[in-house]
Amino acid sequence: MHANTFDRYQAGEGLIHSLAPQVKVVLTVLFILSNVLLPDGAWLALSLAWCLVLLTSTLAGLGIGYTLKRSFVALPFALAAVTVAFNLPGQPLVKWNIGPWQLVATDAGVIRFASIVVRTWLSVQMAILLTATTRFPDLIHALNHLHIPQLLVAIISFMYRYLFILTDEAMRLMRAREARSARPMAGGGGGSVAWRARVSGNMIGQLFLRSYERSDRVYNAMLARGYSGQFLTISPHQMHTKDWAIGATAIIIMLLLQVIGRLTLQ
Amino acid sequence: MNLRVSIMNEIQEPTTVAQVSPTTHFHGDNGDRGGNSAPTLLVKNLSYSYPDGHVALQDVSLQVNNGQKVALVGPNGAGKSTLLLHLNGILSDRGQVQVAGMPVTKSNLSVVRSKVGLVFQNPDDQLFSPTVFEDVAFGPLHMGMSKDEVHKRVARALAQVGMSDYANRLSYHLSVGEKKRIAIATVLSMDPEILVLDEPSAGLDPRARRALITQLRQLPVTMLTSTHDMRMVSELFSRMVIMDKGRIVADGPTQQLMEDVALLERHGLERP
Amino acid sequence: MSYVSRAYISAGATDSPALHIPDGFLSVWMALLCWAAAVLLLAIAVRRSRGELVERQIPLMGVMAAFIFAAQMINFPVAGGTSGHLLGGALAAIALGPWAGMLVMTSVIGVQALLFQDGGLVVMGANILNMGLLTTLIGYGLFQTVAGQRREVRLAVAGIAAWLSVIAGALATSLQLWLSGTTALRIVVPAMVGIHALIGIGEALITVAALAFILQTRPDILEVHSQTRGGRGWVIAGAIMALVVVLLAPLASANPDGLERVAMDLGFIQQGMASPYQILPDYTLPLMNETALSTILAGAIGVMVVAGLTVMVVRLLRRPARATS
Repeated sequence: MHANTFDRYQAGEGLIHSLAPQVKVVLTVLFILSNVLLPDGAWLALSLAWCLVLLTSTLAGLGIGYTLKRSFVALPFALAAVTVAFNLPGQPLVKWNIGPWQLVATDAGVIRFASIVVRTWLSVQMAILLTATTRFPDLIHALNHLHIPQLLVAIISFMYRYLFILTDEAMRLMRAREARSARPMAGGGGGSVAWRARVSGNMIGQLFLRSYERSDRVYNAMLARGYSGQFLTISPHQMHTKDWAIGATAIIIMLLLQVIGRLTLQ
Repeated sequence: MNLRVSIMNEIQEPTTVAQVSPTTHFHGDNGDRGGNSAPTLLVKNLSYSYPDGHVALQDVSLQVNNGQKVALVGPNGAGKSTLLLHLNGILSDRGQVQVAGMPVTKSNLSVVRSKVGLVFQNPDDQLFSPTVFEDVAFGPLHMGMSKDEVHKRVARALAQVGMSDYANRLSYHLSVGEKKRIAIATVLSMDPEILVLDEPSAGLDPRARRALITQLRQLPVTMLTSTHDMRMVSELFSRMVIMDKGRIVADGPTQQLMEDVALLERHGLERP
Repeated sequence: MSYVSRAYISAGATDSPALHIPDGFLSVWMALLCWAAAVLLLAIAVRRSRGELVERQIPLMGVMAAFIFAAQMINFPVAGGTSGHLLGGALAAIALGPWAGMLVMTSVIGVQALLFQDGGLVVMGANILNMGLLTTLIGYGLFQTVAGQRREVRLAVAGIAAWLSVIAGALATSLQLWLSGTTALRIVVPAMVGIHALIGIGEALITVAALAFILQTRPDILEVHSQTRGGRGWVIAGAIMALVVVLLAPLASANPDGLERVAMDLGFIQQGMASPYQILPDYTLPLMNETALSTILAGAIGVMVVAGLTVMVVRLLRRPARATS
């Protein structure tokens, strides 16, 4: 298996791709923060924020629809938020009678629910764009530039490197398990749930030990190349004028969104 | 004579066997480094037991001179990998190892490790960074080199293995053959005195194996290679060291030892 | 989409209901509060991991983070088309020690958010707290209470700890959602806690089986961590956390109105429902009318205050850590 697409990175040359990764990370976080800070029902500002997503996607050469496909990953979570539509005091909109209970959706509740879903939907899209336009090793450099503790960055860097290898190993273990089960797993599998859980637990124990021993060999390979406790990296992403300019512009736009969001509600 | 020595299983000094003169080897533009006549690698009476009591090395002695390309063969469990781990001080017990005249001790480990380029068998263990560049840069960076120097070293090492275009690639996306070559580049960037390879051709398809052999032939460095690939040994290495049960049982010109079918068979080896 | 990402999505994203909170579901102040708590614990973890073992630990923790990620994909059918799989916090803490476990789980959650948008970025602090820190704390703390006991006892306690750790994560998640005004307490707590009480059984079974396998093959790995210093502190912290979960989960599920009233009395609820710029209730910045601009400024000041407090707390914490090591 060749996991090129495990990375969601889409190779490209455009303005967004060439932006310093630390700028992209900061702007993405600010964009999400900006969405969360917008008041409920600030539809104009939220629509403009969506335009920002579309603009970024277009500038990155990904086309308008790119983020749509994957933007619904967070929607199952919206189920948990549906309750709020029936829980806020306000003008009743709809009433349902379910058995002894009466569900009343209020206008304030529905607006709040819709706002939550839209905020999430917009935020996920920008996060997708970040991953699509930035190679993960560059994201790791960005964490370095943003002064995330070196130890965590090093762990994430190793994790990224061995993610693929260990998932492949896990897949092989699962395939071997399936090859040996008399009944297909989807059809319920054999044995009790506890037994099946134990089989999985044994596989995970095995994977753990293999990983543990691998980390020994990796450590030896590091020692062999002069590692002595201090983990050094070269982070090649210097900030250029262009990065500052785009970063500042984006921040001003987001501040404007906040002003618009509040003015339209007053 | 080789036959007798190997039957005796009692080699005290590797030099008792006909040594191939380094001058008969191709060694590029290196010449004799630093005018130092000390052997590039000198192993004296090395013994090692694992914590569980298993004896992995017994009184092993070995000398490799500048420019030599030496193959280390023997069955699994013969102690080859354990020996290689001693060469840069990852393991140590009794006996002595000298690299370019410098004894391997706790205090000079970092210097020694930059002189011994040890490439492990599984390239996925060797290549532990997200990108090729970061992996090849790891050694020079941890030797304390400047950023510019690191970039120069990386470019040169990648060129040496014919992978110049790969600097920005992700390690996981490489084929096994590519990984093996990058793995060699990760130690070439430290400019080692001796390149020590553990099973370089294992797991390669014929084409990738051929490419690797061509590459190794062209590398102008002293080389000690542990391998099961006897065809590669006869093609690439003029000197061969046979290990079995933690001892060196034969050490001599590859051609001569390869003729000795009885010796090979006794140690679980096959003529190519 | 590749095989792996498809498998990842099917194993990770859809099967575990609602523990990776996406962005937009927590109010800013809740997100920041969780970040503050997470950063505080992580700062100690980073400092504690600088000891003698750390040079060996960096590759170990990195590979182990990849292991947890891969292990979360190994699922097993439970019933009715659903399948159970591992969260891993308790296992990581028991097998690697508490601090390393925290750092490993944090990396896993960070990479899941950055690479798969599984969990948000601004709310990552909450996700780290719920799935990475609470789980390791409870897992390790409870396991330490039976250090040196018989194998069966230790495994049984590990199972209980794993079960509780999942419930703790679910409880914390639902409380954060409720306090952010995103969900109704009376529905979300019983639902989340109920579902995860079931999911937790899978977690417990897998954790026990994996630990039994490790104990059988390489007992030395687990012994290293059961002798770490500060054992009693962990036991107390783990026991308190477990007690809170055991008491709060049924209470909140059975009597949400009571909890809601308490929160109302303490003034949590109004804050939760309100937008974050109303945290500073009667603010009027001097020389400014109550305009959009001043609310933004007030919000910015609030953010800076929280950030400043976090930095100060971290600084303060560094000193005792240095003194003891």
